[in-house]
Amino acid sequence: MAKKKKNKKKSIKEVKSQLGKKKETAREKMIGQTIGYRYDVNLLPDYKKLTPFLKKYIEHMGWDDLNWLEDVHMGYEENRPAVFDRNANGWVTIPKKIKLPDNQQDRDMIARELLVKFQMSPNHPLVDLKKAYLKF
Amino acid sequence: MANLKTAEKKTKAQSMGMHTEVLTGKTQQKFFNPDEAENFFYWGTHNVDFNKRTELDVKDLDCKQANEKIDILMSEGYGTIVIKNPQGKHSLGVGILNKLNLIFEGSLGYFGVGSIDGPIVTVKGRVGWSCAENMMAGKVVIEKNAGSCFGAAIRGGDLICKGSVGARTGIDQKGGSIIVGGDAGAFTGFMMQRGRIVILGDVGINLGDSMYDGTIYVGGKIGSFGSDAVEAPMTKNDIDWLTRKLKIAEIGNNVDLSKMTKIVAGKKLWNYDALEPTEKKGAI
Repeated sequence: MAKKKKNKKKSIKEVKSQLGKKKETAREKMIGQTIGYRYDVNLLPDYKKLTPFLKKYIEHMGWDDLNWLEDVHMGYEENRPAVFDRNANGWVTIPKKIKLPDNQQDRDMIARELLVKFQMSPNHPLVDLKKAYLKF
Repeated sequence: MANLKTAEKKTKAQSMGMHTEVLTGKTQQKFFNPDEAENFFYWGTHNVDFNKRTELDVKDLDCKQANEKIDILMSEGYGTIVIKNPQGKHSLGVGILNKLNLIFEGSLGYFGVGSIDGPIVTVKGRVGWSCAENMMAGKVVIEKNAGSCFGAAIRGGDLICKGSVGARTGIDQKGGSIIVGGDAGAFTGFMMQRGRIVILGDVGINLGDSMYDGTIYVGGKIGSFGSDAVEAPMTKNDIDWLTRKLKIAEIGNNVDLSKMTKIVAGKKLWNYDALEPTEKKGAI
């Protein structure tokens, strides 16, 4: 019996330490938003984790580093991993089939890559708006 | 604290549904395809070549004509454009949503290179108020001094001034990096919400006043801290990031980064409950 109790405590601790698994407070449930962030918004990127796609993107743009993507992090939308797209002013949810690592640096790099692909896609919601309202 | 969903007496805003909106944003999973092909520019923008270079004399053009001319040159594939005789004209080089190497051989007036998304800009002179306001991405280098509200409401990219800047630098900053080789005026980082400001020289009074988030690094003396701006310890990650950014900015070779002061938000002003739904979205 004593052994079982020990195992239970261990599993609870693991859940608490996972990114984005913070338990909502009653106030947060009522207002329908999270107070504060569930990830480090000021985390500086680790360039050792740069993906090949991001390296190509940086080279194409002629920049020296991640530039605006330094501020992109993997966030959460309705408790699911998502990236905030500032152009569409909405969260882009990550499909369930993509498995995400627990390390925020790795997750952020994936978020950056997915966001660039989404924004540059001809399927982006702004493309239709642009076609309809483009002035010059 | 009022319950937003059960308020009995409705104001005009409440009757429009603004107070009962659940703040979850708009999920756009249906648009997302992880197998999207590699494409590095926005739909409708131009694929330019950095090696294709041209010059544009704007002496006899107003800002609208000059900006239209820049757009035409980009549509012809020019990736490097040198602007001659800017003569302190206002609003030059605004709204460029393209990769581009843009060089101004002179000074700019107010609101220069605002709302840009991608270009690398070099200004071989000074700039007036609100340079690179609402900048989204790219790199802007000012070789001399800049006026007030430098990088106002900047959202991303690197904004570098090798000289000194005026008051309210990075006011309402929501992302990106502002790097100043000289001194900065009062209220630097006023109401900043995210991003990073680096001042290698001295900074005026009320530094980081009412900042909600973000980080400010100062190499010189600080006039005074603003409301809710507090000092934080420098980490190895900070020093690594500063080393890389200053190398890119080509300034601060002799600065001892470990002696810089790091300022962050004390978070005493955090009050997300009191925000209107639309304001909360804007703060993300």
